[in-house]
Amino acid sequence: MSPSVPLQEMIRAIRSARTQCEERGVIQRECAAIRAQFRQTDNGGRSHNLAKLLYVHMLGYPAHFGQMECVRMIASPRYSEKRVGYLGAMMLLDEKQDASLLITNSIKNDLSHSNQYVQSLALCTLACMGSAEMCRDLAPEIDRLLRSSNSYIKKKAALCAVHIVRKVHDLGELFVPSARSLLSEKNHGVLHGAVVLITELCERSPETLERFRKTVPDLVQIMKGLVISGYSPDHDVAGVSDPFLQVRILRLLRILGRNNEAASDAMNDLLAQVATNTDSTKTVGNAVLYETVLTVLDIKSESGLRVLAVNILGRFLLNNDRNIRYIAMTSLQKIVLTDHNAVQRHRGTIVDCLKDQDASVKRRALELSLALVSASNIRSMMKELLIFLSSCPPELRAQAASGIFNAAERYAPSKRWHIDTILHVLTTAGGDVRDETVPNLIQLITNTSELHCYTVHKLYRALLTDISQQPLVQVACWCIGEYGDLLLKGECQETEAVQVTEDDVLDALEIVLQSHMSTPTTRGFALTATMKLSTRITDNVDRIRSIVSIYGSCIDVELQQRAVEYNQCHIFFFLMDVLCSRTTFCVFFAQVVDLLDLLGAGLLHISESIPRFFMLLLASAPTVTVYEKNGVTLTLSCEQQSESGLTVTLTASNSTDSDISGFTLQAAVPKSVQLQMRAPSTDCLPAHGGAKLTQLVVLNNPNKVNLKMRIRVSYTCQGSVVQDMVQVDSFPGL
Amino acid sequence: MAKSLQSCFFNQVIDRVQQQVEESQFYFTLAPRENSVKELRFLLLFSRQGKLRLQKWFVPTSDRERKKVIRDMIMLVLPRQPRTCNFLRWKDLKIVYKRYASLYFCAGLEEQDNELLALEVLHRYVELLDKYFGNVCELDIIFNFEKAYFILDEFLMGGEVLETSKFAVNVSMEQADTLQETMEEYMSKPAY
Repeated sequence: MSPSVPLQEMIRAIRSARTQCEERGVIQRECAAIRAQFRQTDNGGRSHNLAKLLYVHMLGYPAHFGQMECVRMIASPRYSEKRVGYLGAMMLLDEKQDASLLITNSIKNDLSHSNQYVQSLALCTLACMGSAEMCRDLAPEIDRLLRSSNSYIKKKAALCAVHIVRKVHDLGELFVPSARSLLSEKNHGVLHGAVVLITELCERSPETLERFRKTVPDLVQIMKGLVISGYSPDHDVAGVSDPFLQVRILRLLRILGRNNEAASDAMNDLLAQVATNTDSTKTVGNAVLYETVLTVLDIKSESGLRVLAVNILGRFLLNNDRNIRYIAMTSLQKIVLTDHNAVQRHRGTIVDCLKDQDASVKRRALELSLALVSASNIRSMMKELLIFLSSCPPELRAQAASGIFNAAERYAPSKRWHIDTILHVLTTAGGDVRDETVPNLIQLITNTSELHCYTVHKLYRALLTDISQQPLVQVACWCIGEYGDLLLKGECQETEAVQVTEDDVLDALEIVLQSHMSTPTTRGFALTATMKLSTRITDNVDRIRSIVSIYGSCIDVELQQRAVEYNQCHIFFFLMDVLCSRTTFCVFFAQVVDLLDLLGAGLLHISESIPRFFMLLLASAPTVTVYEKNGVTLTLSCEQQSESGLTVTLTASNSTDSDISGFTLQAAVPKSVQLQMRAPSTDCLPAHGGAKLTQLVVLNNPNKVNLKMRIRVSYTCQGSVVQDMVQVDSFPGL
Repeated sequence: MAKSLQSCFFNQVIDRVQQQVEESQFYFTLAPRENSVKELRFLLLFSRQGKLRLQKWFVPTSDRERKKVIRDMIMLVLPRQPRTCNFLRWKDLKIVYKRYASLYFCAGLEEQDNELLALEVLHRYVELLDKYFGNVCELDIIFNFEKAYFILDEFLMGGEVLETSKFAVNVSMEQADTLQETMEEYMSKPAY
């Protein structure tokens, strides 16, 4: 080998430059010299010049002025110049450059050159950057070369044909006969090229695939030869004979066996043989096993073979080599839906991989673990996932958190478990959860009325411990605002109760308000919660008023607005009772949720001020109590929908000590009025005003008669049936 | 020798390496996606300081795209700890890399490709270089980059393995080199 001295001198000069600036100077000088040389007549150093330019190009500097030189060099009769010229063409030219067209003729000539190395240069360049036109032009020539007696040329022609087929799909037809005959070659290089070509042809055209199905027995024969054959020094890699060829044949078999029983049958034994005989101690053997597994899982294989394949993946999971574990999990991920039970058997190992050091392995393990969560393993899996969450790399936190939420939502064995899980995630990874987690959690808590006491206790404790995790703090504030009275009661069934005073609770909220860690949204929650407590506590209303009024001059405009409006609220104290009373939320605010975010859904923007809301409230839904007896209250509100249309909402509540069931309402109106009763929200009224019942009545009063309504109330309380009647003569707001 | 240049570049690379690079942060396609079972999309060799030593593209790629891919690969691979997985995901490709002494060999594969075999491909290429240069080191590849390309072209073509026998590749290289020498007008002394 004779290295080019001029090239190496230049490389040395560039490398000895001490700064980027100096390097640029050297390169500029060199490029100028090269350009000058290009313009001169042939002086025997042309190949060195082009090589220098290619080096400069690799460093990232522009080199397009060398394109024409490449064209000239390729046309040169000298091999060394052709060699560098073709290299330059592959590096500097692509099919988008005009200069690439100019080399078509040279390539055509060189394809028929007497020297195989010159032919090989042309073939290689065509396969690298041949455009569609060049391919169309030269395809017949390539086909001719496929039939040559020279193995060296045949193997290159085969891969060149592959490129042509990729560029111009229709030309595939041309190569089918030659490809078929190449399968009987002994030369591994040619055989490999043939398999790649056939694979390409089959991928392009289903008809061609049908025709090549007949080659399955031949392919099986070839594979068998490779697997059973003795040591061949030429092709052996760590005890495996020509793994490259084996893998390509396996891939072709996969394509041929897909969706075809007969072909899959024909290769069944072979696949089992490869799966059992291949040495799996080195990467190369595992590469072949991996391809085998992929093939088995993709074709119509026998169940026994399928189990064998999944077991190989299971063995991979236990391999010391990280790469193998990673591969195993990627493959298992693909089949986790179709072969779910088979993959479940390896769940333990997969979960262990969550603790792997490697981030790529961890990521795969997380995805696979989430896919394996089911109703039967939810508790144990969640334990592992939560442990993982507390120590996982930051880039995986968001994915883990949302995966955990989804799993919890789908398979939660109990509401308490569900709430606990969400709280755990918020405590560990609160900063990485999505925005809608807060309203979702609030919704969940609201709907789990039996756990209100438990939840508020848990959240209060969490708040005392740590106020840095914003979603957690927001939910905690909302909860305290909502259920603060349960906190103050000092008793709880599900967990140990805290003994707190009203001051303690207000202290906690004030800390949140004043902390620099709290975002404006969080402060909004805390302020709203403080306000809400004014209806639930008795002694410290003044303190609340003073807290809230301080924020009337807060720099944050949002908080300031709230504080001012809340202050005005105190004037309409009785209406605050309506607003903040727990049960009214569900009835009214489901509809007016965008006016006021007393629901605590922090993203919702306060657009109307409270006084305005009051007007709306008064205008849209004035309420009057029409019946109150034995602890059962019935209120009525109505809304004019149109000229003659009216919607009446009846709301019932139960403040006795025992639950009421079978609650029904019947209504009667004057003859000319049309009435339609909608379905009631429920027929049970839990004790102590736990939840309210609503029923909508739609009236149509076309004659505009004086509206009256008789309502019959019927319910069961403590075993006895109660029936009563009430007459409503005046409707509020009409 | 070129220490300060390298250290200056190194600092620039370090700065960029400080950023957390999400594995699939930017979206951009290398080339019009061909529906095929191609083995490799590209093969890159770069040093631990982020200097490119060889680039082979098996799909048509514009200069701008190439530069971007090279930058992304360097940023993805250099910060990797030793003894971690050799496989990464980047956009819609699988990236397989292996470090040999001071050089990183990095290949981009299609979705369906066999990563373990790609490791073997990289290893085979290193063996071929080693046989040709005799105990190859980075300097060999720097000063004889064109030879590194010629060897690659005897081993891979169009993103696929061309010759599976080590000996056959070596024989071809020797014979082609002989062809070259007879046409050389002067004998050059090897020196670096």
